[in-house]
Amino acid sequence: MEEMMSPEEEFAQRWRKFADVSPYNRELGLLPHSVRPDWCVLKVDYKDSLVGDPNTRVLHGGVITALLDAAFGFSIFVKMPQFRPMATLDLRIDYLRPATPDKAVLGGAVCYKLTPDLAFVRGCAYHESPDDPIATAVGIYMFTSGSTVIQNEERPR
Amino acid sequence: MKFADLLTSCRASSDLGPLVQSIPYANFLNLRIDIKGDEFTCILPFEKKLIGNPILPALHGGATGGFLECAGLFYLLWKMDTKTLPKTIDFNIDYLRTGQPRDTFANVVMVKLGRRVANLRIEAWQSSPDKPIALGHCNFMLDA
Repeated sequence: MEEMMSPEEEFAQRWRKFADVSPYNRELGLLPHSVRPDWCVLKVDYKDSLVGDPNTRVLHGGVITALLDAAFGFSIFVKMPQFRPMATLDLRIDYLRPATPDKAVLGGAVCYKLTPDLAFVRGCAYHESPDDPIATAVGIYMFTSGSTVIQNEERPR
Repeated sequence: MKFADLLTSCRASSDLGPLVQSIPYANFLNLRIDIKGDEFTCILPFEKKLIGNPILPALHGGATGGFLECAGLFYLLWKMDTKTLPKTIDFNIDYLRTGQPRDTFANVVMVKLGRRVANLRIEAWQSSPDKPIALGHCNFMLDA
């Protein structure tokens, strides 16, 4: 018998399989951090190569964009019985304060509405708590016809 | 060289290469900037690491988004007389077409230049400028 995994671990593992086929996610080192249907969190470690301002050593906004885009996809992923290919339709990010150098950044997200065609998501990037965000964001994703990357079979409850 | 001096020399020579080199994330994307007279084009050369969906394959939304933001920043650094990097206040991205695994170009329009804030529209395209793959709309805070 296989060892029992919590639904969270199972989701994280499945998402990792999915995320690892994406070279850009691998390149940035995006990793699942914690998983709940109402708050999915990915993490990106601080890397000198991702700095946007050499004077302040603050990470570039593009890293936050990628982190949130991926976390948004992740939060839709955990709400669906199987993974459907989708495309980002629209993404809006407000930068509230700079990320602190040398600290990992977390990107949390929740998919708060699913329709047959669209998924509506909101979330934020932060260090310790979503109550003290680095950036807040909303996004809309559209499901596309196309082959799935991996199946999200056996959705745990 | 100080950042402000680097800016001055890059503006004078219309060669932003050394500036791109000085910003790790821009370097990571391997950005190139082409300035011909008044025309500013930012180029994201295709690399496998930029792929988000390997099945299609398509560029990662985060790569396209980061590229748009970089294009806006470099445009302002070239166009304006700032001494520091402008700060992104907010960024809205419309993804219009799948980003193909090929080079991507970005052109920038200054929609409004205020005393402290610049509002930009940034269009990313691949096959032709009238077929944008993504549209960025953003506010940048300029230094005083």
